[in-house]
Amino acid sequence: MVMSKWYKYASPVNLYPLANRMIPWFAIPAAILLIAGIYVGLFVAPTDFQQGDVYRVLFVHVPAAWMGMLLYILMALYAAIGWAWNARAASMMASSLSVTGALFTFLSLITGGLWGKPTWGTWWVWDARTTSTLILLFLYIGFISLQSAIDDQRRADRAGAVLAVVGVINVPIIYFSVQWWNTLHQGATIRIASVTTTMAAPMLVAWLIMLAACWLYSVAVVLSRLCCIIGEREQMEALR
Amino acid sequence: MLETSHLKCVRGNRTIFRDVSFAVRPGDCFRLTGPNGSGKTSLLRMLCGLLSPTFGTIHWHGTNIQTLGEEYFSAIAYLGHRPGIKDELTALENLRASCGLAGIQISKQTAAAALERMGLGGRMNLPARFLSEGERRRAAIARLAVGRSSLWLLDEVLTSLDRTAVESIQLLIEDHLAIGGMAIVATHQELKLSAGQSRRIELAA
Amino acid sequence: MKSASYFVMFRWLLWREVVLAWRRKSDVLSMLAFFVIIASLFPLGMDPDSRLLRTIAPGVVWVSALLASILGLGRLFASDFADGTLEQLMITPQPLILIVTGKILAQWLVTGVPLVLISPLLGLQFDLAPGGTRMLAVSLLTGIPVLNLIGAIGSALTLGIRSGGLIVTLIVLPLCVPVLVFGAGGNLSLVGAVLALTLVFAPWAAAAALKISVE
Repeated sequence: MVMSKWYKYASPVNLYPLANRMIPWFAIPAAILLIAGIYVGLFVAPTDFQQGDVYRVLFVHVPAAWMGMLLYILMALYAAIGWAWNARAASMMASSLSVTGALFTFLSLITGGLWGKPTWGTWWVWDARTTSTLILLFLYIGFISLQSAIDDQRRADRAGAVLAVVGVINVPIIYFSVQWWNTLHQGATIRIASVTTTMAAPMLVAWLIMLAACWLYSVAVVLSRLCCIIGEREQMEALR
Repeated sequence: MLETSHLKCVRGNRTIFRDVSFAVRPGDCFRLTGPNGSGKTSLLRMLCGLLSPTFGTIHWHGTNIQTLGEEYFSAIAYLGHRPGIKDELTALENLRASCGLAGIQISKQTAAAALERMGLGGRMNLPARFLSEGERRRAAIARLAVGRSSLWLLDEVLTSLDRTAVESIQLLIEDHLAIGGMAIVATHQELKLSAGQSRRIELAA
Repeated sequence: MKSASYFVMFRWLLWREVVLAWRRKSDVLSMLAFFVIIASLFPLGMDPDSRLLRTIAPGVVWVSALLASILGLGRLFASDFADGTLEQLMITPQPLILIVTGKILAQWLVTGVPLVLISPLLGLQFDLAPGGTRMLAVSLLTGIPVLNLIGAIGSALTLGIRSGGLIVTLIVLPLCVPVLVFGAGGNLSLVGAVLALTLVFAPWAAAAALKISVE
């Protein structure tokens, strides 16, 4: 059966060489697309009528925010699989995803500030999207700290899974509550006008290229970290 | 009847024990021995359902205990390293509360009688923090006397006990075995039971 | 009869928790003191203009209640874990979810209700009108159970970990944002909705977390 061929990769020892081989297939296209995306974003896309050249930061900011969100859901999924089926490899994937996801979320907050300062004069705006992204970062931090505080690996994997599943269920509620909070306090905050009302084709192209680059980069980096994690843990098990 | 098959325990990065199989029938008493760190506590916790084995199965009357869930819990009684006594409650309150939490209501008289049997006659109305280590342990053991479990899982239950207390516990276990109960006792000390001797499960390091 | 034994169990669980809290009043009293102190610090950190205070009152009281509830989590599972009673609770022939729900209910009775009862005092400190104080108390009454429920999950996940108290805070606070926002914002129906949802999921998650932590 085709499935049985893939089952062997559920064992981290077998997964390691596969993951290792896959990395360059993602890292090299990621680098190429990153360069292409930066080129299109900086040089080909036209200067925006309203915002000048500052908006180009969004080519990093928006993909980073999306990746932060996406990777959290993936992380929760892998963690849940690792917990339900006692699959160590899946739990390792979740731990690997957590760091990349947190970094992307952090990056989106920083680039958001870089955009906000010239646009409205403030580094931080308490609007719905930014605040939700901040809370997402806290969720990542909670997951990572919980796992690093628990010595027993199996318990750390499963505890993280419970937290990730609870978190993933909470995310839409958190998002909704922050939206609600934002509309409640309209006067104090600045509304972010939609930036995408009329997008010139090169802008859209740049965005898509950057998103693809982030995605490929994530896969490469997550697999690379996964190999490190496998190496660390399996080495300890080999001492048994 | 309890049956285990090829139990393996891995904690952290160490295999604590592997391929442990045995069967316990009504009237059996097993003495669990082995050096420190050989996994006696882990084995008992597996038999309680608190720890899932890395490999192997545990069957109660032919059914896997993980499938049985609460039904299995009503058949077992476990005394671990920590006596399971709340310091702010008296020995009497502790006993009635433990039974109550298991869904069994016992009267003050029944509880008092059990505690007296364990030698806590005069001290059962003191908050447990005023009791010595041995007295607390005896208060915990009183739970076995009033419970209706068939399988007793006891971890180092004889520590901190003087000779009289050890004798009353041995008597307790004997009575339990006589009515068809089973016991697995992890202990360094010898168990002197009048009706036949206890069998041994030795866990090598 | 199963339901009869559930009833016996619940009764004894609540009795035990209340008696333990009563005989160790310092646990609860220090948490309440913390609540008042934290809330009182805010005006000290700024210009205590009464209009400003009235505006920030719901938020400040809610954040203080949140922090105080987290502080009170130690008595939920950690003390039972330390003396071996938690293990015993987990091998009773009662569904663990029921036991967890009972413990959380007791936690609310013993720590949550006093917080609600003290909140009018804070309302006075912040010069809230009686209507505002009432609204705040009601929102706390409906919302603190959510804090207890989510806190139970965090507490169960961090049993026996060194610096567990700090990790509990990191885990629980982001998850409490919705109830904080709705509670301080005064929307009771939304708080109620979050409570209903949390009631469904949290006991299950906390029970699962206990099994993981006790292994």
